[in-house]
Amino acid sequence: MSAGIRIHRGASINLKGQAEKILSDASPSKTFALKPDNFFGTLPSLMVKEGEKIAEGAPVFHVKKDPRIVFVSPVSGLVKEVRRGAKRKILKIIIEKDEGEKLSHKIPAFKSLDKKSVTDILLKTGAWPFIKQRPYGVMADPDVIPKSIYISTYASAPLDVDFEFLLKNHKEDFQKGIDVLNFLVDDPVSLSVDATFSGFFQNIKGVDLLPIKGPHPAGNVSVQIHKNNPLNMGEKVWEVRPEDVVNIGKLFSSGQFSAQRTVAVAGESVLQPQYVKTTIGAQISSITDISGFDNTQQNRFINGDVLTGKAEASDGHLDFYNNLFTIIPEGNHYRMFGWLPFMDNKIPSLSKTSLSWLMGNQGYSVDTNMNGEERAFVVTGEMEKVFPMDIYPMQLLKACMAGDIEKMEALGIYEVIPEDFGLIDYANTSKIEAQEIIREGIELMIKEVG
Amino acid sequence: MSFLRRKLDELKRPFAKGQKWEKYAPAINAFDTFLFVPNHTTHTGAHIRDAVDLKRTMVTVIIALMPALIYGIYNTGYQYYTQTGEAFTFLDAFIHGSWKIVPMIIVSYVVGLTIEFIFAVYRGHEVNEGYLVTGLLIPMIMPVDIPLWMVAISVAFAVLIAKEAFGGTGMNILNPALTARAFAFFAYPTYMSGNKVWVSEASTIDGVSGETILGTLAAGGNVNYSFFEMFQGSIPGSIAETSALFVVIGALILIATGVGSWRIMIGSVLGAAFVGFLFNLWGANALMSFSWVNHLVVGGFAFGVVFMATDPVSAAQTNKGKWVYGILVGVFCILIRVFNPAYPEGVMLAILLMNVFAPTIDHYVVQGNISKRKKRWANALKTT
Repeated sequence: MSAGIRIHRGASINLKGQAEKILSDASPSKTFALKPDNFFGTLPSLMVKEGEKIAEGAPVFHVKKDPRIVFVSPVSGLVKEVRRGAKRKILKIIIEKDEGEKLSHKIPAFKSLDKKSVTDILLKTGAWPFIKQRPYGVMADPDVIPKSIYISTYASAPLDVDFEFLLKNHKEDFQKGIDVLNFLVDDPVSLSVDATFSGFFQNIKGVDLLPIKGPHPAGNVSVQIHKNNPLNMGEKVWEVRPEDVVNIGKLFSSGQFSAQRTVAVAGESVLQPQYVKTTIGAQISSITDISGFDNTQQNRFINGDVLTGKAEASDGHLDFYNNLFTIIPEGNHYRMFGWLPFMDNKIPSLSKTSLSWLMGNQGYSVDTNMNGEERAFVVTGEMEKVFPMDIYPMQLLKACMAGDIEKMEALGIYEVIPEDFGLIDYANTSKIEAQEIIREGIELMIKEVG
Repeated sequence: MSFLRRKLDELKRPFAKGQKWEKYAPAINAFDTFLFVPNHTTHTGAHIRDAVDLKRTMVTVIIALMPALIYGIYNTGYQYYTQTGEAFTFLDAFIHGSWKIVPMIIVSYVVGLTIEFIFAVYRGHEVNEGYLVTGLLIPMIMPVDIPLWMVAISVAFAVLIAKEAFGGTGMNILNPALTARAFAFFAYPTYMSGNKVWVSEASTIDGVSGETILGTLAAGGNVNYSFFEMFQGSIPGSIAETSALFVVIGALILIATGVGSWRIMIGSVLGAAFVGFLFNLWGANALMSFSWVNHLVVGGFAFGVVFMATDPVSAAQTNKGKWVYGILVGVFCILIRVFNPAYPEGVMLAILLMNVFAPTIDHYVVQGNISKRKKRWANALKTT
């Protein structure tokens, strides 16, 4: 067990609408979707055509550069639509569910497994995309041996889930997934847990337990890697989300691809915020049918948390990775003289020009208003307050804007992914879109450096 | 509220995209967003945003400036009436000061904001709020009798050369307000220094001794003011800088709201106190023996350190850099005061000098972070 990590700089924003610890089944979803955009840095090559019937676990597309990495269908059914956007970019592959067959794979006896066979099984069954790689947060490269694998069960984002509750029925599969992942690395995988209460994770074997304490973004894997054993140039570190460890465990028990997804539906607009058991790519309506939401107003539906998630239409589908679905009111309203200091203190603010710190006991109400307009960089020092890594965030952002690769490298671009700048997006006075700037910077790095 | 909103929306229609006045949209938007925080919602990145924005930040600075400004207006009248020997009330002094200072503020805002609007329209971006502070600071640091046209030219010079030439708000190297003062100081020295400019209408009244304390010291004279007068600010000087007391109130507002950097303020005071103390020990002349405590309260030191040195754009941007920058502002301020009697007040030049060096200070701070990272990479390579 590691000494643990204590984070000081950051902020946990306590919002209304935290999911209650009730687990319900989702209502049936007619269609399911895979979105290539969920896999950062991936250019997809389709393997199915519209109108084709496919089995559950059958490949739908693969990474163009590496055909070994396939993305499989979470259900059996008919490929109903390949939705494309500008320049024929594939946005969504929609599959209409039927009660068709399920692909089964032969899994060798656990004792006879090694790194190569585990890698092959994960690739062949479509479970490889559960593993993401740093730097950049892209699909893992099957040919490298990572320095370590991180699994973070400490979720610190606003309204984020409690993995101890979310996985309580899957302890054996979780352990099995850990055992499988341990074939891929030399050192045991790092399991980050809440330092104040780690629950059943404490009894998981074959892991380096990493107790974490502190405000968001302490739960971000970047922060944990940075504090525990920072990433150096040329090194690779992998990350697997806790429920996907369960999915990998299930795969190795049953031989079938598991697309289980437990989603906390949270946010102020949700009538009964709770956990819902569903499948990757299910329709949003299949979970909101259970939780309900206030449809008397305009709402923002977010796959993920309010800082880093992606907006989705109410008739859209769940993303691949996230365990949190947030619904908050839209904020397209005016506030008269709202720019005066100490006005509208109900809006959560990290700035001392607001008295909002007095009002947060019951949780804050938020909406999607910008609360101002984008301006040039002026205020300094505020980004560092919510950025716990030993990296100069503003200087890194400027290097990304300038496209200065050498500087980005030197200032630590390898150690961050866009989500680490979520709080900076939120807190910065000039309303700079920090995550977007970092995303573009990383895309440039991938293109120029690889 | 909804009536006003409807009227504004009506007024804005011709400025919308594709309409005939689209180009001038930044101008109308500036007025609109002054009344209302706009209804814009997040589109990329985080879905929720903090209540703070640049307008709020700048307005906080203006609020922090108010105590010093109000006292400055009163002190203008106070200096005038005490020199002429007339009996006066607080209101008389305040009204006299207002007649002098309000026109300067109006000129500064009209000239400066006009240039800002033109550049916003020309460059197609929104009007930045930075000038709200700059435009108030410029009159506050001028001598009271400076002609309005000089204020106008100084403002134009500062906004054009110190700010827009570098790319506008956020890009400037020098503090624009201090650039305006420096411009006036070197272009019109007779209006900016000497013993006739610090008291309202001093040049028309005989027998006025309107010398500033630092000017007296530089000329080798004796100072007839007590520490309390210097601290409270009933002394001649530029309009709003004389009162350390009211500047400190402003400083507390800035620090409490987190808008001004306490690192820079404390660094400067430490730097100035230390150098002042060393000179006290040396004590070769009247300037050197001038107590280090008095150095902190006379002249524009307090005002400059609290409101000008802390300008986040032209100051150092890293936290370590802010300490170095602050301390050096204090050090150079006292050095210039003591060693260069041609410039009795050193704080303006000290801050401008450090503005120039702030990027260098940051460069070394950030370079330290980079070297640390590269060393780590090298070590990792060695061990594998």
